[in-house]
Amino acid sequence: MKLFEFLGYYNYWVFAILLMIGFYAVIAKANLIKKLIGLSIFQSAVFLMYISMDKVEGGTAPIIKPGVVDQLYSNPLPQVLILTAIVVGVSTLALGLAIVVRIKERYGTIEENEILDAD
Amino acid sequence: MDFAQHLPALQVIVPLLAAPLIVLLQPRGFAWAATTATAFFSFAVSIAIAVRILAGDILRYEMGGWFAPIGIELRVDAFSAIVLLIISGAAAISLIAARNSINQQIEDHRQPLFFAAWLLAIAGLVGMVVTADAFNIFVFMEISSLAGYILIAGGPDRRTLPAVFKYLIIGTIGATFYLIGVGMIYMMTGTLNLEDMAQRVVGIEDQRPILVAAAFVFIGLALKAALFPLHVWLPNAYTHAPHMVTVFLAACGTKVAVYVLLRFQFSIFQSFGEHLLQFALFLMPLALLGIIVASLVAMFEGHLKRMLAFSSVAQIGYILMGASLMSDSGITASTLHMFNHALTKGALFLAVAKFATQYADLRIDSLKSAARSMPLTSFAFVIAGLSLIGVPGTAGFISKWQLIMAIMETGNMGFIMVAIVVISSLIAVGYIWRVIETLYAIPTDDLPDDAADVSVKPEKIDMLLIALIFTVAMNIYFGLVPGLPLTLAELSSKILLKVEF
Repeated sequence: MKLFEFLGYYNYWVFAILLMIGFYAVIAKANLIKKLIGLSIFQSAVFLMYISMDKVEGGTAPIIKPGVVDQLYSNPLPQVLILTAIVVGVSTLALGLAIVVRIKERYGTIEENEILDAD
Repeated sequence: MDFAQHLPALQVIVPLLAAPLIVLLQPRGFAWAATTATAFFSFAVSIAIAVRILAGDILRYEMGGWFAPIGIELRVDAFSAIVLLIISGAAAISLIAARNSINQQIEDHRQPLFFAAWLLAIAGLVGMVVTADAFNIFVFMEISSLAGYILIAGGPDRRTLPAVFKYLIIGTIGATFYLIGVGMIYMMTGTLNLEDMAQRVVGIEDQRPILVAAAFVFIGLALKAALFPLHVWLPNAYTHAPHMVTVFLAACGTKVAVYVLLRFQFSIFQSFGEHLLQFALFLMPLALLGIIVASLVAMFEGHLKRMLAFSSVAQIGYILMGASLMSDSGITASTLHMFNHALTKGALFLAVAKFATQYADLRIDSLKSAARSMPLTSFAFVIAGLSLIGVPGTAGFISKWQLIMAIMETGNMGFIMVAIVVISSLIAVGYIWRVIETLYAIPTDDLPDDAADVSVKPEKIDMLLIALIFTVAMNIYFGLVPGLPLTLAELSSKILLKVEF
């Protein structure tokens, strides 16, 4: 029973593991692009958490049609929220990459330790 | 429907719409004027809101006519009103003073985009304050943060870029933590409306997810608010940002995160088990350490802007220490200090911006004898510095006094905290004095006396100087007549602690 519960939450385990992989990359990698990749994984993990929570067992797409009664629907709200969060994530990544381009222009490197040494 | 009910929506919508207009029209030389006009309009709206709040109203606005909790509700009470005044006041004053400094630091063709980012930052910050929807707060937080990164990245020095990259990484991690926390609360309560959430949280049996969510929200917002030891992004970002951006962000940037933090911890999790006590016990040591450590670092810092940035970290410590007392007077002190510190630090950074018009290098040593050529600016710096220390007659005194009174209420243990506040004020005397001593130093004999006199040019009176003197005058005014912020702060603490009145 314990094992079943453990496996039953597998998408939340994936969420936690992805979150930590992303976090590790942000902290441990010196390359700025790799840091941004880590940041993206970190954010995507949260998208997975939101999408997991809206699933209602046996639920279908939440489209209301005349004549259909007693139908179980999945919760559409977290999906809408995460659509917004994805947009935010994309803008952050774009801005981050733009800054990395400027860093490369001014410092000639995108390795964090070399940038620190340059100043 | 009466016009006043639209005020919360106008507060967000006007800067949000003005930003793309400035980019599309690309008006030559007009960008600054249009942005400043928008900021003043925002300020007028904030004042109108504050007047309504003082008359005893709570403004609610149902976005798109969808009633809460299904639709997104905007909700403004006294706590929001005082933070709105801080944001739009800081924006108006820093923008009207900004023209020359920005012309010096940002190329002409980049200015419309730069000012558009500034307007988006204002829209994001006020949005976080007026909205009553947890997810909406996340969206506005990211609007303001992204715009803030762009503003900071406008700095001419190349060291701006690594600083802003670090801020981007840390800021995004903070926002994502907040998002995880909100997701967990939504899982347990099924609502995003703050008021609705506060009611539903009480009845929940399985408390663990909510406690975990509270921790995520706390850490996420503490990162944004630069609570010690999560402040590492702040000193470099403030130091290398364009001077006027530092004025704006130092006055209101971190305070908005503190606002959301207090809203969550008090309004939502207040009656939730032992949570509030755990929160206070966790927060208090960090706040105290922040006050001491950041003040000491400021004491030994050689760069004027970085010194003031570290002092900001210490001030965030004061604000959160007041909140961690969990008492009516503690939260009053903390809200009041948000307001007064915005005035003080705004004035200090305006003085820095004015110094920067004549001194390219802002290390303290290179400002030697600056008072000879810039007497007014130096004098304004002295007064603002006194307010930072907390000398009676200035705004800084009122909030420190409130804080000490609030600590004394807690009993015997309070003396340790009072000691810490006093010691760190003495350290503040130390680092402000170091600057004053340098500013008023008698020129050394490497320049003959008559040559020094020739080099002294009369100080140019411009908008920056006028704004600086105005802000310093406000520091004195609110030090002598603290009625308005004090009333709002008292109302805020009653709202946060849910005292009926």
